[in-house]
This record gives sequence, structure tokens and C-alpha cells, in this order.
Amino acid sequence: MILSESVVWLTIFVLSVFVGIEVISKVSSTLHTPLMSGANAIHGIILLGAIIVTGTTDNTVAVIVGLIAIVLASVNMVGGFVVTDRMLQMFVRKRPAKAAESDESKAA
Amino acid sequence: MPTWIQLVFLACGVCFILALKGLSGPKTARNGNLIGAAAAVVACIVPFFWTSLHLHHVPLILAAIVVGTIGGVYGARTVQMTQMPQMVALFNGVGGGAAALVALLELNSVIDAGGHDSWFNLAATAFTIVVGSVSFAGSLITFAKLQDLMTSRPVVFPGLPVLFGGAFLGAVVLAVLLVNDPRMWIGIVLGLLGLLIGVLLVLPVGGADVPIVISMLNAFTGLTVAAGGYVLSNVLLLIAGTLVGASGTFLTLLMARAMGRSVANILFGALKGGSTLGSGEASDRPVKSVTPEDAAIMLAYADRVIIVPGYGLAVAQAQHTLRELVDVLSARGIEVDYAIHPVAGRMPGHMNVLLAEAQVPYEQLREMDDINGDFKDTDVALVVGANDVVNPAARTTPSAPIYGMPILNADEARQVIFMKRSMRPGFAGIENELLFEERTSLLFGDAKDSMSKLLNAVKAL
Repeated sequence: MILSESVVWLTIFVLSVFVGIEVISKVSSTLHTPLMSGANAIHGIILLGAIIVTGTTDNTVAVIVGLIAIVLASVNMVGGFVVTDRMLQMFVRKRPAKAAESDESKAA
Repeated sequence: MPTWIQLVFLACGVCFILALKGLSGPKTARNGNLIGAAAAVVACIVPFFWTSLHLHHVPLILAAIVVGTIGGVYGARTVQMTQMPQMVALFNGVGGGAAALVALLELNSVIDAGGHDSWFNLAATAFTIVVGSVSFAGSLITFAKLQDLMTSRPVVFPGLPVLFGGAFLGAVVLAVLLVNDPRMWIGIVLGLLGLLIGVLLVLPVGGADVPIVISMLNAFTGLTVAAGGYVLSNVLLLIAGTLVGASGTFLTLLMARAMGRSVANILFGALKGGSTLGSGEASDRPVKSVTPEDAAIMLAYADRVIIVPGYGLAVAQAQHTLRELVDVLSARGIEVDYAIHPVAGRMPGHMNVLLAEAQVPYEQLREMDDINGDFKDTDVALVVGANDVVNPAARTTPSAPIYGMPILNADEARQVIFMKRSMRPGFAGIENELLFEERTSLLFGDAKDSMSKLLNAVKAL
């Protein structure tokens, strides 16, 4: 049996909904902000769509609109990942101290 | 689409799942983010090697990417950590705007090709245009609210619900029209209606609730990108957008629960006149104000002190001085902890980021549920630049906009010291009864300035 095309799309959508909820279900409130920011960066993938529609049209107005979309989408994607990383750096900085502590206790 | 490209997109989709998974744990978060970034970069390189696509205008496209990248990196690198929530809102908004533009372009090419497309495809196009525009305009308003470009208090005017309902209905009717007869003007009007809906949706939301709205608009943009993926027959956009839409919706509900509010109440509460209590003006009722020296004595001779940091601390950049003060107090044998409200700052988890920046040891940061029982055995609760998160109105006044929000029980401490700049109410715009209580002392002044004076006074004892 071969699934019809629209059912395939629906299947991917429904499964992605469950995966999306499942993967973040145990997040602590400390990480809400970076998680939101990281998810925000991921939807910047609309850049891929913007590149494809812009590159496959020859209508001048459409190209201009497409280029605007590309600029906006790359701000979203690149800025999103960079700012998330900046936030997370601050959480990581104190980990070496903690790790050293637990190493000491192990050694003891 | 060549098989290798489909497989690359599949791999990128898996990486996005791993990225979200990584981001939800403190140890894996940074790697998770890097995996997501790597996958996104790979996915965006693919079209340039996708020969059957015959990509035109490559130099222009690359130039546009460079411009956007420079803008994004500049914004992300230079933003103050205190202003990060509005930065996230801005990034989210432009993403939504990009999705709406992409859908308009796709509509244009469908019309050029004769206007024949499946009804579901056209419905998804209409959805992308409207919701993408909602996200764009809504995010810009949240940005303006957080950046103090406009009032952070709920903005309500008499015709707002009617106008909102009309715009919503109009969008639905036009979407149906578009499905039956795709025309460019319908798409453009849909986009304009989306912008109007976005503005009207966010205007009535009070400042303290804006973070939840950012999270919700983030989920909206995710769903927009998913619908855009369907329209463009691009499975990666569908997967990534759906992941963000689903996790974003769930995260919104989690945040709303942390504040003890329902999302419906946050969005439409002000329309019912629920937040008329907030006057936004300073009160002239008598309060007990103290000098840094008095406050220093109270702190230095306590056995147990709990610090309640708020956004005002971060704005004044006083977190380093605060950490020094805590070090001095600890050295005197006083037990000191920081009580972190889940929505302290401007976003859930924001205060943790800000204090981590000041190198406060992680062990001293205690979450609300963990520390709330300790306040009754605490000699002094030192509230620095916080207000709404210790406002007992959340427990006692059903008409208050923050009613039902879990708060830190600072009012149970034997003494409370508020470090405040003025008597102006907090972000939620309501007065705090705790300020007028017998046990409460106020130390007026800029948080950084008062904090240094307090530190010197404690050192001198």
C-alpha cells in the first residue's frame, strides 16, 4: 500500500507535534528563556524557503520582496542562534568549578 | 527533488529534534544550540548545490544573506542581557514577516501559473500570510512595550473587541475567497489584516505578561513556517516549523502555569476591565525609609538573610556589588540565599542568566518552591529592584492583574528591606501593600549607588 501524498504530509505533521512536545517536556524553568530563544532560531529555517522562492522567480518585484524576506529570515536565524549561545555561555561558565568540586569529592 | 537532498533535509530535521532536546537540559544546552545552528547552515547551503532547481540571482541572494547575518550577529552580540527578551521578540517577528512574504511570493507564482492549486495548499498559503503578519506586528508591539518605546500597561479602547473580531472575521472570509479564486490583492489585504490583528492582540496585554506573549508568538511563527513548508512542498520547513510550534505552545502553557495564569486570561483579561486597579502613579502614603547605615546594621546582625533580586537590580547593573555584599555577609557567618522567582526579570529564567553573568554561585540561587518555606525563619528579606513578585495582592486581591500568580513569601520574613528608586509601582502597574507595613523599611536610591553604600556600611561594622 502506498500512502497518498497528503496523508504523508499529515503524518509528518502529527508525529512532529508529538516529538516537539515530548523533547522539551522536562525542561526546568531556569532554561525557559534560552529554550525559547533556541526554538526561535530554529524557525529561522524559513530562510531556506525564502532562498528557493527568490531564486526561482524572474519577476522584478517578486525578487525584491524575496530579498527582503531573505534579509529578515537571516536576521532571525543567525541572530537567534548567536544570542542563544551568548545566554548559554553564562550557564556554562560556572560548571568547571562545580565539576572540579565533584571531582574532589570523588577523589576523597 | 534529488534523493540526496531529501536525505540531507531529513538529517537536518533530526538535528533540530536533538537541538531542542539538548536545549532542555543545562549540561547539553550549549551543544544542542550548536547542533541546531549547524543543521540550519547546512540546510541553507543546499539550494546552491541543487542543480535541478536552477537558482537565479545567486549574487543578490548571497548579498541579502550577508546583510541579514551582519544585522543578526550585531544585534545578538551587542544587546545587553537585560534587554534580551525584546531581542528575542524582534528576531521572532522578522521570522514571521519573512514567512508571510514567502507565502505571498508563492501565491504570486501560483497565480502566474494559471491560478490552479489544491484548496488545501491555498488555505495553507492564506494561513501563512495571516499568522506570519500577526507574529510580525505582535512582536514589534512587544518589543516597543519592553523597550519602553510605549507604555507597558494594557492599552484598551472601547471599540477594540469589535475591531479585533471584525479583523478576524474579515481574514477568515478573505481566506475562503482566496481558496476559491486566488488573487494577489486578496493575499495583500490578508497580510494587512494580519498586521492589524497582531497589533490588537498584544496592545491589551500588560507588561508583566508580555514574556508569555513572546513565547506564544514564537509558537505562531513556528506554525507559520510549518504551513509554509507544506505550501513549498519542503519537508524540512514542515518538520522544523511544527517542532517549534508544538514545543512553543507547550512552553507557553508551562510559563503561564508558573505565573498561575491562563493564556486566555493573559490575552483577554484586560478587555474585561480586570486591570483597572493599576494607577501607574506613585502613592503618597507614609512609608518608613532608612539610611544605608541602618540597613547595614539590620543585615549584619541577622542570622539568616534572603535576597530577592528583580529587574531593577539588573538595570542598575548592581549585581556585582550585590554579590560582594553577600560575600561579606557570608564571611560574617550569616546564611544568605537568593530567592529566584520563575518570572523574575522580564522572562522566565531571565534572572538566572543575569546573576550567572555576575558569577553568583549556582548553589545560592534557590527556586521559589524550594525557598518559600524558609522566609518565616528569616530575619531580613532584602528586596532589590523587585516588586510584583513579592506583592501580596497576588494572594489577596482578586481584581489585581497579578492575582493568582505565585509569589515569594517575603512578607513572612521578620523584617523586609526594599531597595527602590522611587515609589513607582512595578511592571504590572499596581501598588504593593507590603511597602506600607510596619516591618518594612525602604532604602531609596539607584540600586547600584545604594548597594555600594550598603556594602561599605556593612564592611565598617
